[in-house]
Amino acid sequence: MELLITKTIQLQDHRVWLNGIIEYVSEEESFDKFIRSVYRHYNIDYPKFFKMDNLCKLAFLSAEILLRGTDILQKYPGEEVAIILENASSSLEYDRKHMESIRDRNNYFPSPSVFVYTIPNIMVAEIAIRHKVKGENAVFILEQFDPGFIDHYVSQLFRSQQVNCCLSGWVECYGDHYQSFLFIVEQEDERKRFKALQEYVIFNILNMEKLFKGKSI
Amino acid sequence: MIEDLILKLRKEIIDQLQVEGIAPEDVDPEAPLFGEEGLGLDSIDVLELVVLLDKNYGIKIRASKDGPKIFYSVKSIAEYIMEHQNQ
Repeated sequence: MELLITKTIQLQDHRVWLNGIIEYVSEEESFDKFIRSVYRHYNIDYPKFFKMDNLCKLAFLSAEILLRGTDILQKYPGEEVAIILENASSSLEYDRKHMESIRDRNNYFPSPSVFVYTIPNIMVAEIAIRHKVKGENAVFILEQFDPGFIDHYVSQLFRSQQVNCCLSGWVECYGDHYQSFLFIVEQEDERKRFKALQEYVIFNILNMEKLFKGKSI
Repeated sequence: MIEDLILKLRKEIIDQLQVEGIAPEDVDPEAPLFGEEGLGLDSIDVLELVVLLDKNYGIKIRASKDGPKIFYSVKSIAEYIMEHQNQ
């Protein structure tokens, strides 16, 4: 069984790429302004977005734009869709924010809305809640994007017949450094459909590396 | 005066809960804060309001059963503060 990458998205350097093609360029340099401009540009209506931490905002919008225009969520039951992500900084930004709020024992008011984002898995939860995805999900903390790890883990999920679709990739955010690279993995049964569109890429380590670096396959 | 407190609370709630696109003066003091109407706040927001009352007004809410009544609206929160502050 061969697996295919059927769609990709990247958000970095105040740009949005879909399937390797720049689709949106923002004038905004800071992450906060950039991510809000993306939200507005794609006419997304989800007020809870504004309460998320930066990591979740990046993951949520990446998934939102990636899934838009696909029939993934109609084609596969939520139980058959997995979300497997990697990043390097975990939830460090909000970990620090929470730490600051509890540093002074005489002014001890930890914020629940900060604390809730002190695990990186919450970015998967935000995507899963929005799209009713109920399959396997995990976030792995690695020094850098590791396509070998994703290849091994996601392939095993498909082999064990736990899922028929997987949203996977890299979502890293700390301060104004941000980078997301998400892609959809489906089985080769879809080859015929995607071949007609010339829009699929074989799911393997080399192709993930190339796509991550913005190179065409 | 409760009117002054309502004005202050509206700003605090909008700021603390990061409600986007709504100015404090647009919040109806008697409208429900949770659910489909009003500000559409969620369970984490309730906890944030509990902290807000503790931090800004020195009021600790210990009985969770009182929550729905206290946090029904900005006005109900203001009334609760007026009743319990300095007790």
